[in-house]
Amino acid sequence: MHHPRFLPLLSVLALGSVVLGACGTSAPSTIRIGLNVELTGGIPVVGESSRNAAELAVKEVNDAGGLEVGGQTYMLELVVEDDEDKAESAAAAAQKLATAGVVAMIGPNASRNAIPAAEVAESAGMPMISPWSTNPKTTVDAQTGEPKKYVFRAAFIDDFQGVVAAKFAMDELHTQAPAVLYDVASEYNKGIAEVYRRTLEENGVTVVAFETYTTGDKDFTAQLTKIIAAGADSLFLPNYYSEVPLQVQQAHRLGFTGAVMGSDSWGNLELISLCGADCEGLYFTTHYAADIATPKAQAFIQAYQAAYGKVPDDVAALTYDSFGMLLQAIQAAGSLDREAIREALASITAYEGVTGTMEFRGTGDPIKSAVIIQIREGAFHYFATANP
Amino acid sequence: MQFYVQQALNALQVGSVYALIALGYTMVYGILTMINFAHGDIFMVSTYFAFFFSTALLATAEGLHPVIVFVATLLTAMLGTALLAVVIERLAYKPLRNAPRISAVITALGVGLFLENFMVAFKPVGPAPRFLPALIPAVNFNVAGVFVSTIQIVIIVVSALVMVLLDAIVRRTMVGMAMRAISWDKFTVPLMGVPVDRIISATFALGASIAAVGGTLYGMAYTIDPYMGIRIGWWAFISAVVGGIGNIRGAMLGGFILGFVEIFTPVFLPSTYRDFVAFSLLLVLLIFRPTGILGRPAAQKA
Repeated sequence: MHHPRFLPLLSVLALGSVVLGACGTSAPSTIRIGLNVELTGGIPVVGESSRNAAELAVKEVNDAGGLEVGGQTYMLELVVEDDEDKAESAAAAAQKLATAGVVAMIGPNASRNAIPAAEVAESAGMPMISPWSTNPKTTVDAQTGEPKKYVFRAAFIDDFQGVVAAKFAMDELHTQAPAVLYDVASEYNKGIAEVYRRTLEENGVTVVAFETYTTGDKDFTAQLTKIIAAGADSLFLPNYYSEVPLQVQQAHRLGFTGAVMGSDSWGNLELISLCGADCEGLYFTTHYAADIATPKAQAFIQAYQAAYGKVPDDVAALTYDSFGMLLQAIQAAGSLDREAIREALASITAYEGVTGTMEFRGTGDPIKSAVIIQIREGAFHYFATANP
Repeated sequence: MQFYVQQALNALQVGSVYALIALGYTMVYGILTMINFAHGDIFMVSTYFAFFFSTALLATAEGLHPVIVFVATLLTAMLGTALLAVVIERLAYKPLRNAPRISAVITALGVGLFLENFMVAFKPVGPAPRFLPALIPAVNFNVAGVFVSTIQIVIIVVSALVMVLLDAIVRRTMVGMAMRAISWDKFTVPLMGVPVDRIISATFALGASIAAVGGTLYGMAYTIDPYMGIRIGWWAFISAVVGGIGNIRGAMLGGFILGFVEIFTPVFLPSTYRDFVAFSLLLVLLIFRPTGILGRPAAQKA
């Protein structure tokens, strides 16, 4: 065995790299920001939109010469991790980012990934902003029921969205016999379906069918046949864009003619390309509508279109707003300390973003309005606004 | 009444696809006593053969008759998938023909993982779900309150035809006779001059092309994605075991039983009980009838 002879040499090399590394960190010129998104798995377009918007936000700052924090100018660096749209991978990616020297983490987007990642961020003391997660559990401590300290979001929560959807179903669709089909294995879908049912029943409308399926199912004919047999006149599908086209198509093939509506998980143009004529005229609640954009939103839409050749979806807009809030907080904190950044994030009272004005009242959940979109001629069109 | 007829139709549609895939498991097991766990993923790849061919065909030649589009897509997917299966057999399984059986099973799992991840990484495919272009126009019929679509009819009828055809191939042709002979006694049959390697390749090719029929039909009704083969592969595998693995008619029967389990479980129980019911059925059957419904007790020679 000759290996031990090399040990002293190896130790010297290792020591050298430690010393060099230390020199590097003594004068940091970059701010590392973690991005934990769904690049592969069931909803890859969500991860792609999120990454596109993140890269755009970082590029804009870097092209303008960097971000000035406490009298020093820093360049931004994005550290991207794929959470594979799996709860365990999302937590592992958060763990990896927590030790990778990032000041904060943006993402994950889907609640089923954001909730476990938020647990990690909270215990690691790493500020996290989920752009798109709407499930209340993301920002709430599971044990104490108190708001989490380090977890924020850019989206409204399902309690609000479920109420908006239920009111829309009653007031605009005049539903008498509503039905729901939702993914019982996914936090987002389950949460919003339950609020929707509760709101309708509080208003004296009975939900005639409340059917479930499990993530990855592709045949919904058994449940849809039950829904039709129950005499439903409207169908609420608070499910992801990759599954909704199958559900709508199968409902129509089984002879369903009632109104169909959904939630912000529909807000992706992929939905229209998969669904085609079957989704014509349907409604969903979401965060922003590209066709009633403010000047700030228009600037973002133009920059995004120039870079990626398509209209940004709501995930992209919310990711961009998450970066906006984070950068504002870093500047307000005047340092790269995670604790100081958390304090600064928590003290934002109003942020004017692409998706509207967000107001924080002591928790990580913004108070903002929702819009209702109708799908017409293969595009998303603004239909109405619902205020909190 | 209409409700149950409608659900039975739904079950026939799902069961047809399971039956077609179960055939591939059962044929390979019959001849090699090996479970080809990559079969679900071979089915997945077949849907992409159908996707790329039909997209290209519809883009270059407009106004083709739907029957021509459908048949051409079906044949191309069958051919491509058969070739893929033969290549996999030659490269991955043949070198292990005399190794312990567990080595071949683990290799099959590895091949399956390779196919899934290759398709995710392969740029023209990627992880996003998609629909096949419309091969035949989808028209709905309302027959006394029961809704039937042209797609549903095509799935059920074409599957039935393919199963009848396969049954005839296995029972009435020389290749079929050789397959049955090898599964009966793989040590004596080579001594009779049967080209064992060629017959094994033919079995893989036949099993894969039937999976490709299932894949094309499936792609007409549902979205396709690189991970779709996992769940469907498991359900088809259970179908093959329930029907009696190694037995071709058993695989067909098992496929339809699992189709009815899939559809009728949510009728009476929460939908989350589906896998529970399917796997319980498998366990109970294995306790009381380990060879499956139509399987004969194994006359294994030491």
